[in-house]
Amino acid sequence: MSDELLHVDSFSICFDTLDGTVKALNDLSLSIGRKEIVGLVGESGSGKTVLGLSIMGLIPTPPGRIVSGRILFQGTDITSLGQAGMENLRGTGISMIFQEPMTSLNPVYTVGNQIEESIKLRIQRNSEEKTASKESVRREVLEALRLVRIADPERVGKRYPHELSGGMRQRVMIAMALAAKPALIIADEPTTALDVTTQAQVLQLIRDLVEEVNASILIITHDFGVVAEIADRVDVMYAGRIVEERQVADIFEDPKHPYTQGLLHSLPYLKKAEQRLETIPGSVPSLIHIPSGCPFHPRCKYVMKECSEVEPASRNVENGKVACFLYGSDR
Amino acid sequence: MHSTSFSAQNLTKYFVSASRLSRSVKQHIRAVDDVSFEIHSGETLGVVGESGCGKTTLARTALLLTPPSAGKIFLNEKELTNLSPAQLRAMRAHMQIVFQDPISSLDPRMRARNIVMEPLSIVPDKTKAEKDEAVAEIFEKVGLNPEHLNRFPHEFSGGQRQRIGIARAFVTKPSFIILDEPTSALDASVQSQILNLLKDLQREFQLGYLFISHNVDVVRYMSNRIAVMYLGRFVEIGDAREIFSHPLHPYTEALVASVPKLSPRNRSKPKVAGETPSPIDIPTGCRFHPRCPYAQDKCKTEDPQLTEVEKGRWVSCHFPL
Repeated sequence: MSDELLHVDSFSICFDTLDGTVKALNDLSLSIGRKEIVGLVGESGSGKTVLGLSIMGLIPTPPGRIVSGRILFQGTDITSLGQAGMENLRGTGISMIFQEPMTSLNPVYTVGNQIEESIKLRIQRNSEEKTASKESVRREVLEALRLVRIADPERVGKRYPHELSGGMRQRVMIAMALAAKPALIIADEPTTALDVTTQAQVLQLIRDLVEEVNASILIITHDFGVVAEIADRVDVMYAGRIVEERQVADIFEDPKHPYTQGLLHSLPYLKKAEQRLETIPGSVPSLIHIPSGCPFHPRCKYVMKECSEVEPASRNVENGKVACFLYGSDR
Repeated sequence: MHSTSFSAQNLTKYFVSASRLSRSVKQHIRAVDDVSFEIHSGETLGVVGESGCGKTTLARTALLLTPPSAGKIFLNEKELTNLSPAQLRAMRAHMQIVFQDPISSLDPRMRARNIVMEPLSIVPDKTKAEKDEAVAEIFEKVGLNPEHLNRFPHEFSGGQRQRIGIARAFVTKPSFIILDEPTSALDASVQSQILNLLKDLQREFQLGYLFISHNVDVVRYMSNRIAVMYLGRFVEIGDAREIFSHPLHPYTEALVASVPKLSPRNRSKPKVAGETPSPIDIPTGCRFHPRCPYAQDKCKTEDPQLTEVEKGRWVSCHFPL
């Protein structure tokens, strides 16, 4: 793919702990195109946040240890950039929006100050822009707040985070991320802490902004609903692996991997009260003791002999890939 | 089995907090404001609302875990709000609660057996052997392995811990249970196991449930009737199938429109702007009017009453949809 912005290539990372080695990501590949919204879905402990932090270069080593693979951002392997190189990329190259805006905003600065910081950072790094006046930065702060549909940017810019509602704080986080004009935004559960009516507003905002600001977004979530509302393409994670990767409409209309099927059918959405919910027996495995072969095989209702022996490689299906022996032979 | 019921009449809970600037200025937080409902055995009343609407305060006040500011609670037509603490304690075996967070609601230093057995201390005349038997029986009913009775909470997974919480609520054989966001802390695949279990137990014991959740899909699936709560009040009550397919209150409509549809070809459009105001400054007139797309002048001044518009369908809106 020529317009590929990010390519995670057979990436494995583990953490050495007293209880054993946590194999958080295992031979994981994922790519994000320009102006694309990719949804990364998985249950807790599937490794989705570790992937987000790995792309940001925020995994401390030790205890983290990259076992294999590369992360290519605009063609450069960012795992070999080192601290200084990564610091230059954060914010202006790749930016991150966290789940809980209250803990990620600084409580002792006004939100205007905090957005200003990310604008100044960008100007400092970009040689063409070096001569920004105070006035133009101030104007840009207001512009950034207006971009995230904050009605009264003059007033809100002077507020401290605790004076704003949860939805407003998340808008400010998005404004901060966008003000640095990154090519890629990683949003880790950006609406999980919000109410459903607020979530709908924020998702709509993110959808509209991708059109306006020319950025790609990796949205990390446990909620298939969020993915359905916003993503172009979906990657489903299980035990540190991508088990299915599809276009968004296809995954909801015709999920292939038994895990994806099980998850989607376990949701009470549109289920009649008389119907029982489908369940997936057991629970998500610990990443220290990952089952042999296909990590999902102990919970899978279609399990075959080979599933416990060999891990299925990902194979092509209609508009995507799936790592399951039910679908043809290895690619 | 004779029919039992749990009901609340004009239940109200105000909290008083001193203003940050002056201790002499008292602010009233109207967490639950004049709420009435009745639940029969075998029936589930769902309560859905966003954070801060008073769902949890409603749960705690309905069970008299915190005294109401006004209103009455009845269990099988016996008024509970005028009982002495000792009398009330004896009634507690008939009404139980399952909490949201299965980690903080279980004592980490107690074994599963003792956690589940503890409520039996208010059931009179039970021998040690009978108690042991009751615990082992319910432990198995909720899908836990009786060999794990001596384990501590941290040795169970999140879903199993919630099963312990459920076993603890069911062990006294209550006739009414409040489920306060019982699956909100769980992953999707575990949530469905717990919801199925709750339905099975309800069928077996013919219990009345008050099922509280912020998740519209979960409430719709679990309930016979649903009450939509906004800023301390029920704004609409109706049949679970009807209320979301044909909402009458603009807030219900907005809530339903905001729920992700799991259908990427047909994405939802947010219906309301803004966020829930603080329960300290409740808007005048209809409390939803500042966010309501259909608000008119009357809505700013007159507080609409909850009125029955069809049989079993109640709405508090001057201009129902």
